[in-house]
Amino acid sequence: MSGFAALVARDLRLVWRRPGDVAVVLAFFVVATTLFPLGIGPEANVLARIAAGVLWCAALFAALLSLDRLFAADFEDGTLDLLLLAPWPLELAALAKCCAHWIVTGLPLALLAPFLGVAFGLEPGVLLALAATLLVGTPALSLIGGLAAALTLGARKSGALLALLALPLCVPTLIFGSGAVEALATGGDFGAHLAVLAALALVALATTPWAIAAALRQAGE
Amino acid sequence: MADLHFLANPARFRRFSQRVLPSLAFATVLMLAVGLYMALIQSPPDYQQGDTVRIMFVHVPSAWLAMAGYALLAGLGASLLIWRHPLAALMARASAPVGAGFCAVCLLTGALWGRPMWGAYWVWDARLTSMLLLFFLYLGHIALSRAYDEPERGDRAAAILALVGVINLPIIKFSVDWWNTLHQPASVARLGGPSIHPSILIPLLWMAATLFLLFVLLVLLRTDTEIDRRRLENAELQA
Repeated sequence: MSGFAALVARDLRLVWRRPGDVAVVLAFFVVATTLFPLGIGPEANVLARIAAGVLWCAALFAALLSLDRLFAADFEDGTLDLLLLAPWPLELAALAKCCAHWIVTGLPLALLAPFLGVAFGLEPGVLLALAATLLVGTPALSLIGGLAAALTLGARKSGALLALLALPLCVPTLIFGSGAVEALATGGDFGAHLAVLAALALVALATTPWAIAAALRQAGE
Repeated sequence: MADLHFLANPARFRRFSQRVLPSLAFATVLMLAVGLYMALIQSPPDYQQGDTVRIMFVHVPSAWLAMAGYALLAGLGASLLIWRHPLAALMARASAPVGAGFCAVCLLTGALWGRPMWGAYWVWDARLTSMLLLFFLYLGHIALSRAYDEPERGDRAAAILALVGVINLPIIKFSVDWWNTLHQPASVARLGGPSIHPSILIPLLWMAATLFLLFVLLVLLRTDTEIDRRRLENAELQA
C-alpha cells in the first residue's frame, strides 16, 4: 500500500511542477462549453435543457485529452520497466496512475462544472447534482481512459485512436451521469440514476486495473 | 478443444482451409441463389409493410452475424492471450472487418427500411444506437490491431480490447435501452415460439444460414491471405 501512495504522490508532484498541463485541460473544458451557447443561441430554456449533456460531454472530452500522456512519459523514460520489475502488483500501479489522473482532472472538472452551469441558467439544486454526478462518474472515465491509454501505448496516432477506443466504452457513464441531472430537473428519480452511475464506476474500478496491467505488460515486452 | 488446438498451427490450418474452401464457396453461392429466390419472389409481401419486409431477410441475419462476429473476436482474443495461438491473431485480424461489414449492412438496410416505415432514415432508438456503438467497437478493434509497427503488438492489444468490449457490450446495451426505446421487440427468439408466419420465417432462417456460410467463407479466405502476408513479411525480413 505504501507503494501505491508513493506512486500517487510522485505523479501529483510531477503535475505540481508543471501546473500548465492541468490548466490547459481545464481551460479546454471552459472554452468548449462556452462554444455551445454561441453555436446554439442564447435562449435560456434551451440552454438549461441541454446544460447537463453539454457539460458531461465536455468533461468527457477534457478527461480524454489529458490521457494520452498518462503512461507515455513513463514508457519513454523507463519508469514503466521499473514498475514491471517491481515486487508489487502492476494492477496496483495502474490503479495508482488512474487515481492520480482523477485527482488532477476529474476532481477539478467536477468542482468547476457548477460555475459553468450557472452560465447555462441551472438552479442551485441542479448545480449541486451536476457536481455530485461528475464526482461519482469521472473516476470511471479516468479508469476506462487509462485502459485506452495503455492499449495505445507506442501506437501511431495514439491520441485519436485513444478517443476512438474510449468513447464507446464511456457511453453508459455519460448516459447515467447526464441522465441523473436530467432526472432531478424533470422530477425523475435522481437517486436511482446516481446509484447506477456509482455501480458503473465500481465495476470499472474492479475490472479495468487488470486489463490495464495486461496491456502494460504487452507494451513492456 | 483438442480439435481446435489441432487447427492452431497455421500450416495445418492452411491445408484444412484449402480442402474446405472450394466446396464451401459452391455451397454458399447455391444457397444464396435459392435464398434470394425465396426471399424476393416466393415469399408473400407483408400485409402492413408490403414489399419492404424483404429487406428483413438481409437485415436480421446481418445483425445476428455482427453480434456473433464480436463474440468470435473475443473468443479469438482469449485464445491468443491464454494459449498464444499464432492463428488466433491472424483470424481475429481477418474477421474484424467482416464483422464490421455485416454491422454496416445491418445499419444501412435498417435505414432503408426505416425511411418508408418510420418516416426517417435514422431515429435515436435503443437498438439502433447500440448497433451503432457495436460498429464503433469494431472500428476501434480494426484501428488498434493495425496501429503498431510490429503486428504482434497490435494483435495482443486488440485481443485485450475485444475482451473488454465483450464484457461492456451488455452494459452498453442495458444503458441504451434505459435511455430510449422505440424499436419493435425481438420476435424470433422468445418464449412461446416465434410470432412470425412460416411463409416469412423459413426464408429468413434460410438466409441466416446462407449469410452464416458467407461469413465463414470470408473469414477463412481472409485468414489464408493473412497467413500468406505474414509469411511474405517474414521472408522479406530474412532476405
